[in-house]
Formats: sequence, structure tokens, C-alpha cells
Amino acid sequence: MQQEVSIDSIKKSGSSMEDVMQQMAEHKGCGTSGGSGKASCGSSGGQGDLAPDIWEKVKNHPCYSEEAHHHYARMHVAVAPACNIQCNYCNRKYDCANESRPGVVSEKLTPEVAAKKVLAVASTIPQMTVLGIAGPGDSLANPAKTFKTFELISQVAPDIKLCLSTNGLALPDYVQEIKKYNVDHVTVTINMVDPEVGAKIYPWIFYKNKRYTGVEAARILHERQMLGLEMLTAEKILVKVNSVMIPGINDAHLVEVNKAVKSRGAFLHNIMPLISAPEHGTVFGLNGQRGPTAQELKALQDSCEGEMNMMRHCRQCRADAVGLLGEDRSSEFTTDKIMEMDVSYDLEGRKKYQEVVEAERQKESEAKHAELAELGNEFADVQVLVAIATKGSGRINEHFGHAKEFQIFELSTQSAKFVGHRRVDLYCQGGYGDEDSLATVIRAINDCHAVFVAKIGGCPKADLKNAGIEAVDEYANEFIEQSALRWFKDYLGKIKQGEIVHEARGDAQIRQGAYTPESAAA
Amino acid sequence: MAYKIVTSQCTACSACEPECPNNAIREKDGTFIIKPEKCTECIGYFDEPQCVAVCPVDDTCIIDGAYPRYQAA
Repeated sequence: MQQEVSIDSIKKSGSSMEDVMQQMAEHKGCGTSGGSGKASCGSSGGQGDLAPDIWEKVKNHPCYSEEAHHHYARMHVAVAPACNIQCNYCNRKYDCANESRPGVVSEKLTPEVAAKKVLAVASTIPQMTVLGIAGPGDSLANPAKTFKTFELISQVAPDIKLCLSTNGLALPDYVQEIKKYNVDHVTVTINMVDPEVGAKIYPWIFYKNKRYTGVEAARILHERQMLGLEMLTAEKILVKVNSVMIPGINDAHLVEVNKAVKSRGAFLHNIMPLISAPEHGTVFGLNGQRGPTAQELKALQDSCEGEMNMMRHCRQCRADAVGLLGEDRSSEFTTDKIMEMDVSYDLEGRKKYQEVVEAERQKESEAKHAELAELGNEFADVQVLVAIATKGSGRINEHFGHAKEFQIFELSTQSAKFVGHRRVDLYCQGGYGDEDSLATVIRAINDCHAVFVAKIGGCPKADLKNAGIEAVDEYANEFIEQSALRWFKDYLGKIKQGEIVHEARGDAQIRQGAYTPESAAA
Repeated sequence: MAYKIVTSQCTACSACEPECPNNAIREKDGTFIIKPEKCTECIGYFDEPQCVAVCPVDDTCIIDGAYPRYQAA
């Protein structure tokens, strides 16, 4: 059944199965030679034009498939504390249970405890399909702990996909080990392909028993990253490249990075905003380096998208995160708690649960396409952003006042596309303290025409309206994209009747508390 | 003759432990310590002390003034 669906969708996209397979072979996984656009790359929606074997690998991986991230959960186990490089956006001394960003964990685990934790989580959250090792240091700077963890987990929970993330410095030394443990998703953080740029991001690296600094350090790191990336794609291991967007340092340069990683076969590019606040104690936090605004980030992602599909749903999670992206249930699974839990691994039960999830997902996708078909293209140039309050499952199912984040969708007559998310919880974010939380939400979604919620009170609804944002609550518990497109059809209808005039909205803040010119001035 | 780790600065990241050519570093009570009688300041092994070179926090692996500097035999 799966195979039939795959072939159909490839035929729809206009190329034959053979063409696609040929492309795959030539491209060592995905688009190495460039020029072919993003035919075999990407993750933005559903299966689309992905080859069947690639689709199998990504379809229930929340970090590799935008559609999957509404339905499937991941967990990180913090078994890798050591690191072999220093980045100016990282300070390992800082931790806080309410803080969510890479490099932060509340407790380190041994491989044995990590395996037990995976079992406990998999038993509690049947849609947890992915186990990643993402630090809090570098997974490959702790090779013994990382690969021991993979070995134990592949024995006790064989259906769970394994992935790791790395800065790439040690990567060429471990590609064979990665292959041996069936790790078929690797994320490499690549912030530059020019050592002069790299010297502004990495003060030093530790390589072959020596600390290197400056441009020399960045050059070694760059060469190792490119070599590792090529070796992984030669082994047909899917590679996602993460890049941190640092305005004034590598923002324009990331277009070059995008080309370089695409040409070496990376599958997906994830450009993330710099997280920097003085209280994080990082070099960038302390020297006032700001992060990008929502518009700056989206413009850069859009400009790279012609080359390769972009990941926009990354939540920059902790190295011990548990749950759907955007939620963190790690506090339910502390070592103390899992040691007391009586876990049994129900492989069949997990399969059954995931079949239900797949059916729901299929319904959602069909609903979206039916709605798009009705839109026509009279207003093909009108694009609006809308914000969604959701707890997951692809539905509008969160109360406005309870939302910790809003998902942002871009609507047009051609598509309803996920383009980002905005966090509005302020704990330990260096945020705005006692300020009215509604103002925070408005700042976060100020580029949106409407916000879709399961429920909202009269007062905030009126305040949002004054800010130019329509609060929409008549689609409670309905599918996100279908509902948004229905609203959009009404919106276009009103333009047609002359009831309203379409106007562009302003910019917005991705992450409240991020160091921006506005917060610096405040 | 030895380096020591400033406990209040140590993040217990463990990066130093496998780099020490003398196996002088181990974890104790949630932090890492260097056994002074084993430490040779990496003399005879590397150009720079490995714990200092790999440590993510500046001035955390420092010369322990309680011991005379290591002299290669």
C-alpha cells in the first residue's frame, strides 16, 4: 500500500520512478550536483516528491519532516557532556529547568540509565519515534558513551530511530561507527564555509591534542565538516545541516553555506536564530550581539529555499528534551522517577498507536488539499501569515491564554505552509518581567493577520483586534491548515466585496528575551 | 609538579578525563580532580597540558602552587 502511494505521488510530480532513482544515485542521497532544484530534497510537507526510501526514513521523524512534527515525538538523552570546540553562543555553566536551548541539561546520564529512560518514555508516549544524542557537549567528543547508548537502545527498542548531532570536528573518524549502529540521521552544525567568518564564531578548537585558535581553528573545523558531510552522504546517511544565524557575522554568508552543503548532499538545512541574552553568560550574550527578527530569519530562509528545502519548525531544544517539538516533558522522566517506573516495552501497542496517528495525519492532509482546490487563483499574489494555538496532532486545540508558543503558517491560494513558531513563555528568558503578557503575545505575532485558538476571552479578543490581529475561535479542535484556508477564503471574499483592503503587517520577535535592538534600548 | 582543577569553576563535562596521558583525572562528588602525584603537566607527552587545552572554562585547570613544578627525569 505504501509503495503504491509513493509511486502515485511521484507520477503526479511529473517524473518517473526511474528518473527519481537515477537522480538519487547520481546525487549520493540528495542533490549533490546542484541545478536540479529541490526535486529530491526536503521535508516541508508530506511525501511530496521524495523518493520512497527517503520518505520511509523521514516520515515519522519530527525533526526531519515538518508534517511529522505535529504527530510524532522525540527525546534526547544527555550522555555526552564533553565538547571539543568552543562557540561564542554557548556557555556550559548555565542551566535552568525552565530554560530551553541547546547545550542545556539538568542531569547527565550514563548509557545504562539513558537506555532505561528511553524505555520509560517509549512506554508512556507511544508516538515517541526518535532518540537523539545532542550533547550537552558534542556527541562525537564522547564516542564511547554515545555509541554504547545506541547499542543498548537498539537492543531494547529496535523500532526507535537513532540520530545524533555534532559540530563535525570528529565526524570523519566516526562515520563507520555511525553506520554500524544504523544511525541514519545525522545533524551537523555548520555556521560558515569561510574561516575568516568562522574565527568570529569559534574562539578555539581542540584537535589532535592541541588547542587551535583564530582562523587556523576555523579552517580545520571547516575542512573536517565538509569531509564528514561528504563521507556521510557517500554512505547514504541522511544529513541535516543546522546553522545559527548571527546578524552582522554570518547572516549573508549563510547563503554560501547553503550552497556548499547542498552540493555535498545534505538533505535539509535548518537556519536557526541566534539565542543570546546577557544572563546566559555567552560571549555573544555579553557583547550585545543581537539575534535576528522574525522577518530577517524568514527572508534568509526564503532566499535559500530555491536551492533546497528549509526546516522551519526547529525549537532549538535542550539536550535532554522529551516530547513533541515545542513541548518538554523531561521533568516527568528524571532519573529518580524512571528508576521507580515499572516499564514494559509494548512493540505491538506502539505500532497500533502509530497506525492511528498515520490515519489521522492522512485525513488532515486530504482536508488541506480539498480546501486548496477550492481557492482558485484570482488572488494569487495575496499572502498572509496566521498564528495557531495548538497542543499538537495538527489541530487548533489550545486556549489562547495557555499557549506557550504559536505556530505560524503562510497562506496563499497555492498553499498553507508552516513557516515558523514564536515562543511566548518568558521563564528564564531574560524577558520583560511583569509586563502584560498580552503585549508579549502581540509582539510575537505582530506579523500575522489572525490568530486561531480553541478559546479566547472577550478582553484579549478586543485588544488583539485593536492591534490589527483577528482572533478566530470558530475552528476549535479542527485541522489547522484546512481551517486556516477556510478563513483565508472568507478573507479573500471580503477583499473582493471591497469590505476590507489587504495590508501588510509589521515585523515580530521570534523569541522574547532574545537580545535585539529593541530590548537593548529598553 | 601538578595542575589542579578549580572545583567552583568545573562544569563536570568530563572532557579532560580521557585526554590526560597519565590517567591522573577522575570524577569525585560531581566534579573532577587531578591526582597531583600522577600529573606530569603533560611534559614528555604534549606541547601543552591537555586538561588546560580542552577545558571549556578559562582558568579552571591551573598550576597547583602547593607542589613544585614538574621536572622531567
